[in-house]
Amino acid sequence: MPSISRDEVAHLARLARLAVTDDELDLFAGQLDVILQSVATVGDVAAADIPPTSHAVPLTNVFREDVVRPGLGQQQALASAPAAEEGRFRVPRILGEEA
Amino acid sequence: MTELIRKTAAELAAQIHSGEVTAVEVAQAHLDRIAEVDGAVHAFLHVDTEGALAAARAVDEDVAAGRPVASPLAGVPLALKDVLTTRGVPTTVGSRMLEGWLPPYDATVTRRLREAGVVILGKTNMDEFAMGSSTENSAYGPTRNPWDLDRVPGGSGGGSSAALAAFEAPLAIGTDTGGSIRQPGAVTGTVGVKPTYGSVSRYGLVAFSSSLDQAGPCARTVLDAALLHEVIAGHDPLDSTSIDAPVPPVLAAAREGASGDLSGVRVGVVAQFGGEGYQPGVLRSFQNAVEQLRSLGAEVVEVSCPSFDYALPAYYLIAPSEASSNLARFDAMRYGIRVGDDGTHSAEEVMSLTREKGFGPEVKRRIMLGTYALSSGYYDAYYGSAQKVRTLIARDFDAAFATVDVLISPTTPTTAFKIGDRVGDPMAMYKADLCTIPSNLAGNAAMSVPCGQSDEDGLPVGLQIMAPALQDHRMYRVAAAYEVARDAALGGAPILSVPELSGAAR
Repeated sequence: MPSISRDEVAHLARLARLAVTDDELDLFAGQLDVILQSVATVGDVAAADIPPTSHAVPLTNVFREDVVRPGLGQQQALASAPAAEEGRFRVPRILGEEA
Repeated sequence: MTELIRKTAAELAAQIHSGEVTAVEVAQAHLDRIAEVDGAVHAFLHVDTEGALAAARAVDEDVAAGRPVASPLAGVPLALKDVLTTRGVPTTVGSRMLEGWLPPYDATVTRRLREAGVVILGKTNMDEFAMGSSTENSAYGPTRNPWDLDRVPGGSGGGSSAALAAFEAPLAIGTDTGGSIRQPGAVTGTVGVKPTYGSVSRYGLVAFSSSLDQAGPCARTVLDAALLHEVIAGHDPLDSTSIDAPVPPVLAAAREGASGDLSGVRVGVVAQFGGEGYQPGVLRSFQNAVEQLRSLGAEVVEVSCPSFDYALPAYYLIAPSEASSNLARFDAMRYGIRVGDDGTHSAEEVMSLTREKGFGPEVKRRIMLGTYALSSGYYDAYYGSAQKVRTLIARDFDAAFATVDVLISPTTPTTAFKIGDRVGDPMAMYKADLCTIPSNLAGNAAMSVPCGQSDEDGLPVGLQIMAPALQDHRMYRVAAAYEVARDAALGGAPILSVPELSGAAR
């Protein structure tokens, strides 16, 4: 069914927040095309009347008693942060130049 | 002292608990072995010498004071795959993204090991985020196969399998999303078990594909794997997909199997896993194993599972789809590395620059593949169809297990391939997991037990045994019986044929 174009791969990289290089785009476009053509065979047997399985074990909602349990403290949570300030995660500005 | 490293976990436990040796001596012997050979093997990303010796001392204090030991494995050393969090001990998942991360909490598997008195030696190398079949995708360099240092130890858990085959540890933990315990076990001549999905907690297991990921025991003998299985398995309220049911009696089954009688056991050979694409020596080793199972009294029949041919393509849609979602959490804000935070870039740009720098090529490929498969317009054709194939595979297993107790196949189509041979060809790499993937998609139990060496290259071959969900004990019984017959036929355990390792780094 595919092929996937270089532009489509660039779009995917943007959606996935990956600042890929031009060389990577060339490489990935070719590889993803091969992989997608190979995996597209699932369509050969996926008839309309077959129910999908998302999970091997049937999932039911799990409840627990509504009691307080210890969690991570502020210092623990911030200990591995790439940047912290005044007891909070410090993040880069949210808006880009064009905003 | 050096003979300590050749012993099984069960033997070491008996000697430690009787006071014949101390847990500290056993830990030190393995730490010394790691220092001697890991420059060449590179099974470990981090060795926790102090933590290991402290855990060993605690066991020795129990023994000296006459207190009951914490578990049947108290004092036995173990190599832990770097995908499970360890409080205060680095956990990288083989990725630059988490370089230097010190988790603030223990995974449930880690906690259970600590509470059982198991001595965690360190963290083992792996394909980045457990994506790969060779450990070449680790950001920290490949692990080498102790049978031939120019070859891969399998993946993603190649560090754990190599640590066992290099006698750096008698026990290890792996995780298996598409074969990452069983395939490394096969190519290193070690035992690897993927328990029933949901029977070992995923809490603290850095997620790759949540509906498939499952941690399990790795060892050099079936009995050791069973002992470890019983330590790590069990219900965990912290994992929403954890099964609230008793752990299958795998230890009793391994002991029963060791009596060497499989009378009345029905074994199905999967018809789809053989022929073209399979190394002839692998098939010959497998056929020998089939004959040995027959001679043990098992009734062996061929079983057709036609949908298994579609397991590989379904897996390479489902796993990347879940990965693309799971790995969105690596956004450079709360943990992990951050790149480009120089005041000129927005949060979104920093995120993209960080992910570009922090993820390796295979992880990027899978994230983009998953992003594509989940895109509107492609969802039905790709992800939706793959989920239907998942239903078909589960139906094939159900039909097969209506007539046989266990299914068997080679674990992987070839023996260990050369480092570098498949890195440029993702589809060739993916085919290493051809036989292991169906049990991940259906969630049932499966394991690999060594079945000698391929006659054309002398490298280990694995026999895969698959059992229905929560019937893990069935495969342990068959594996233990086979192991006895195999060793009798070969005149000893094949793992003892691993070449001597020199310490030189390569």
